[in-house]
Amino acid sequence: MRRDIFQAIADPTRRAIIALIAIQAMTPNAIAENFHTSRQAVSKHLKVLTECALVRQEQKGREIYYSLELNKMKEFDKWLNQYRKLWETRFTQLDTVLSKLKKQKK
Amino acid sequence: MNNNLLFDFTVDKAAHTVTITREFDAPLSLVWDAFTKAELIDQWIAPHPYTAKTKYQDFKVGGKRFYAMISPDGKESWAIQEYTSITPKTNFKMYNAFADEDENPQLPGSEWDHTFSEELATTKVFITIFNESLQRMEGLLEGFSQGMRMALENLENLLENLK
Repeated sequence: MRRDIFQAIADPTRRAIIALIAIQAMTPNAIAENFHTSRQAVSKHLKVLTECALVRQEQKGREIYYSLELNKMKEFDKWLNQYRKLWETRFTQLDTVLSKLKKQKK
Repeated sequence: MNNNLLFDFTVDKAAHTVTITREFDAPLSLVWDAFTKAELIDQWIAPHPYTAKTKYQDFKVGGKRFYAMISPDGKESWAIQEYTSITPKTNFKMYNAFADEDENPQLPGSEWDHTFSEELATTKVFITIFNESLQRMEGLLEGFSQGMRMALENLENLLENLK
């Protein structure tokens, strides 16, 4: 199943995890210490984030470290900006249409 | 142009909703016409250098608008809108779906809600767009070419530099 980035960041715990591992790579245990939740619950969130390619795992000795896939986050930011820009362009065009209509009315 | 006109754009991923608020320096009746009359909609809805053309429109509840966005190289992307609720000069709702050139819709589409209000000769339009499918929401820009998307970004950078 293809996970969706919107779904990934809809959850407040997942957003908090993203904020945590944006600063440094962390193990699931270290991440879980920051939340009033079980290690299992954190693992579940990490699984969703991994499926969306928002985080990457790196094996260091016995531990797995999770870190943020910055490019993927930037991609999403870019999407938002582009969509916003599309509407800005539309509305600037609408401003022109409206000012023409106002002149015609006079 | 009046630069103090409000523009607010938010995406709520959890609610599958995009919310847009914009003020216009024009009386409500004109803004209403610009959003509901095909010959006016076609003049602004497609971001330049794209153009829009409406094949037909029947602005009444249950009526439809069938239209295309046309890329600079002539590629047509069709969509169909069905009006689901109309309160003149106050609110209208529609269901929007991409379609092929024979009017066959690609479901699911999105639900649009527009609310209009006027204060001191400024008209405020409040739009919510609900996408049943998050994947569709994410794919909203796919109808536009990479070139168009680049152009939007370039423009933004340009404007940023002018500030």
